[in-house]
Amino acid sequence: MPALPLDEAGKYVAGAYVVFLTLILIYVAIIGAKVARIEREVSELLDMTEGDPLQREPEEVGQSPTVQESRDGEQSTQRAGLEAPPR
Amino acid sequence: MYSKGFRPLALLTVVAVLAAFALVFFYAPNEADQGFIQKIFYVHVPMAIVALGGFVVGGLMAVKHLRSDDPSWDMRSYVAIHLSIILGVGVLVTGAIWAKASWGHWWVWDEPVLVSFLVVFLLYCVYYPLRFSIEDPERQARYSSVFAIAAGAFVPINFVAVRMAQSFTHPRVLSQTGGNLPGDMRLTFLVCIVAMTLLFVTLFKLELTAKHASMQLKRLRTRLEATA
Repeated sequence: MPALPLDEAGKYVAGAYVVFLTLILIYVAIIGAKVARIEREVSELLDMTEGDPLQREPEEVGQSPTVQESRDGEQSTQRAGLEAPPR
Repeated sequence: MYSKGFRPLALLTVVAVLAAFALVFFYAPNEADQGFIQKIFYVHVPMAIVALGGFVVGGLMAVKHLRSDDPSWDMRSYVAIHLSIILGVGVLVTGAIWAKASWGHWWVWDEPVLVSFLVVFLLYCVYYPLRFSIEDPERQARYSSVFAIAAGAFVPINFVAVRMAQSFTHPRVLSQTGGNLPGDMRLTFLVCIVAMTLLFVTLFKLELTAKHASMQLKRLRTRLEATA
């Protein structure tokens, strides 16, 4: 088994491998942050579309937060249902 | 969010990279001429091979995009080229470190292999401004594909041209005689190439998944705003 020399040559070799690992780690960190942001935005959208029954008025509970029957029987989407509920 | 095979692939990649590092530092002997410095070879050369291969694969995916008009192939081509450019940065930096350690200079301008790789790298650096200067998504994809094909065709031509040139300092690795590598060095080198290829495929899938999810999210937002 060859020894691992930490002389002049060892510094250059370590430098090259550190460059490689740093590049990969930075890349993975950037993509990981992007994926985390997407997941957060998806959950925000889910919150907007589904709503939180505990945050609504008692008489609204039981109704769909986004879709409400209009008087003539047609369904209309409410803009309020697409906005983020207060936390 | 990730596909079913992503986790095993990522795990396999980690194992392969660790195995490659173990072989490099604890199995492969020191080279007689350069000694311990030659260990840079096991990260520098596989990275260069995979980067150049990635450029060619990006070109082939661009061909697929132009033939099928499917935007997902353009996205694959973009991700392959993007990853290859990142590996290209690694190749240039590790190459400069190796050159300094071995030749005493960070860069040698009269060495065809180095300069040709720099030319390929700079050529692909043009890809970003070209792609992102076009706002219309269809035109952007089409023009980027044409560039990826032309540049992808240039890579093997460049490789052959450099091999035909007379070199004084840079060693030949891939030759008909097996690059004159002894058995244990060759095994280590092959494991390093496999590990680097697996790393490329894993990162490719990772970025593609992120891009796909981002596009789906944008579509969902647009749809929700339209219904609001």
